[in-house]
Amino acid sequence: MDFEAVIGLEIHAELSTKSKIFCSCTTEFGKDANTHCCPVCLGLPGALPVLNKSVVDFAIKAGLALNCKINKDTYMARKNYFYPDAPKNYQITQHETPLCSEGYIEIETDEGVKRIGIQRIHIEEDAGKALHEGENSLIDFNRSGVPLIEIVTNPDMRSPKEARMFFEKLRSILLYTEVSDCKMQEGSLRCDANVSVRPKGSTEFGVKTEIKNMNSFKALEKALEYEIERQINAIKKGERIVQETRRWDEARGQTIVMRSKEEAHDYRYFPEPDMVYLKLDDEWIEDIRKTMPELPDEKKKRYIEEFGLPEYDANIITTSKELAAFFEEAVNIGGNPKTISNWIMGEVLRILNDREMEITDVKFTAKDLVKLISLVEKGTISNTIAKKVFVDMFETGKDPEKIVEEKGLVQITDEAAIREIVNKVLDENPQSVTDFKNGKTKAVGFIVGQVMKASKGKANPQMVNKLVEEELLKR
Amino acid sequence: MAVDKSQVDYVAKLARLEFSEEEKEKFVGDFNKILQFVEKLNEIDTENVEISISSYPMFNALREDEVKPSLSLDEVLLNAPDKENGYFRVPKVVD
Repeated sequence: MDFEAVIGLEIHAELSTKSKIFCSCTTEFGKDANTHCCPVCLGLPGALPVLNKSVVDFAIKAGLALNCKINKDTYMARKNYFYPDAPKNYQITQHETPLCSEGYIEIETDEGVKRIGIQRIHIEEDAGKALHEGENSLIDFNRSGVPLIEIVTNPDMRSPKEARMFFEKLRSILLYTEVSDCKMQEGSLRCDANVSVRPKGSTEFGVKTEIKNMNSFKALEKALEYEIERQINAIKKGERIVQETRRWDEARGQTIVMRSKEEAHDYRYFPEPDMVYLKLDDEWIEDIRKTMPELPDEKKKRYIEEFGLPEYDANIITTSKELAAFFEEAVNIGGNPKTISNWIMGEVLRILNDREMEITDVKFTAKDLVKLISLVEKGTISNTIAKKVFVDMFETGKDPEKIVEEKGLVQITDEAAIREIVNKVLDENPQSVTDFKNGKTKAVGFIVGQVMKASKGKANPQMVNKLVEEELLKR
Repeated sequence: MAVDKSQVDYVAKLARLEFSEEEKEKFVGDFNKILQFVEKLNEIDTENVEISISSYPMFNALREDEVKPSLSLDEVLLNAPDKENGYFRVPKVVD
C-alpha cells in the first residue's frame, strides 16, 4: 500500500518591535539574564498589561502579506498553564478571535504552483527561557513578554519538501515585510509540525503527532522524513499511532516522545480581564497596506517580464530581500540584467554558500560587480580572469579595475604575441599535432588549454581558438 | 449541570492544589451553589445580543512602541526565594 503524509505547521515569529508586547522593556536579544524585566513581564501582582500598538501593526502587515482576512473586532484571551518560564501562570494570547485568518501562500512544487492555506495568525506574548542544570532549572525572563505572532497553516502539505518550501517562503515574506528578523539561531523564528499518514487516495486523516524543536529548514525536513517513515512502519506492523508530542533530536536523528495527549493540558481559555477589546477600522488597515513593500512573488514576476530573467534565476534572487536589492542596485547602475543575474547565480552565490555568508556581509559593492562585468564586455579581461578578479574583489573589497591594473591581468589581444605563444606550444607538443592530423579534433582543445595556461589566462580566448586552428592547418 | 467530586479533583489538579476529603466534599456543595446562582442568567433571552468580554465601554487601550528603563537586577530578584548568577532558581523541570 502507498502512503501519503499530511502536514500542517505552527510557526512562531518574534516581531521587530523595540519594546515588549505589554510593557516598555526592551526586546533586545542576548543581554545578561533578567535585566530586561519589570513588574508586568515578571507577572507581579497588580501590574497591568497595556498593548503595544506596533504589535498590532506588524500582525496586520503579516496578515496582509499572507493574503489573510483582517478581523476588526478581536480580544485577548488568557491561556492557563503552569511552567516556571511563564511567570503569571498564564499566557496572554488570542483564542476565539485571531487578528488574521483565512490566508494562503503559494509555493512552486515540481507539479506546479501549490496554494498552502493559512488558518490563522494571532498575537501573543513569548515566555521566558529555562536552562536545565543539574538538580535545578534557571529562569531568565528577558524573553518574557516579547511579542510573537503564531501562524497556523491548514494541513495542506504532503511532503517534507513541501513543508520546507512553505517555511522558506514564509520566512522570506516575513523578512521582506520586516515583521520579524527571523533569526532561527536566536529563536526569533520557530516551527512545530503536525504530521499524520494515510493510504494514498484516502480523504480521512490519520492520527497525528506533533513535532517540536526543529531549529532549521534542514531539521524540519529531516524530522518530518523520519516521523513519516516511523508512522508508516508502525502501521505496516499493525501498530496503532498514538497522538503525542515528540521532540526532534538532531544528534540522534530521531523524534522522541515528550508527552502523550492523555496528559494534555486543559488551558481553560477565557477573555483576558486586564485588557479591552481591540477594534480596527478600514483606515488603520489601509494605512498599513500602503507601507507594504513589493513581495517576493511580485518581484519575481517583474524580473521575468522586465529583465527577461529565467524563472529559476528570478526565484532564487528574490528569495532574499537583500540579494534582490543588490541585483536591482547593479541594474540601476547600468549593468545588463541578465549578465548580472548570471554572475549572482554563479560566482556570487557559490562563494557566499562556501563561506556561509550573506550578501550583506560582503566587502565589494554592486558597483564593483558592474565594473567587473564591463571589463569583460570591453574585452579588457577574459571571463576566466574575471572570475579570479572576483575572488580577489571578494577577499579585499578592492576596485576590480585596480586589481586588473595592479596584477597586470589585462587581456592579450595582440595577434602576433598570441601567435607566438601558439607556435611555441605546438613545437612543444608534436604528439598533439600528429593527433590532429589523424583527425582527432580533441587535440585542439588541449592545445587551446595549453596556450591559455602559457599566457596565464590573459590571452583572448576567441583569438586563441582562431590562431590555434590556423597554425595547426599550416603544419 | 451538577458538579461531583471527580470534577473537584480535576480542577484542584489543574490549579496544582491539594485538599483533604472533607474540604473536597465542601467544595462539591459550594461549586454547585455557585453554578446554580449563575444559571439564573440562562433565564434571559440573549438571542441577538453581542458577546461582552468587558464591562467597560472602551476599546484600543494602546501604548506607543517606546523602550523605558527596566528594573535593576537586584529589584527583579528581590522576591525570588532562590537565585543563582542573576537567574531565578527553581526545582528542575523538563517538559
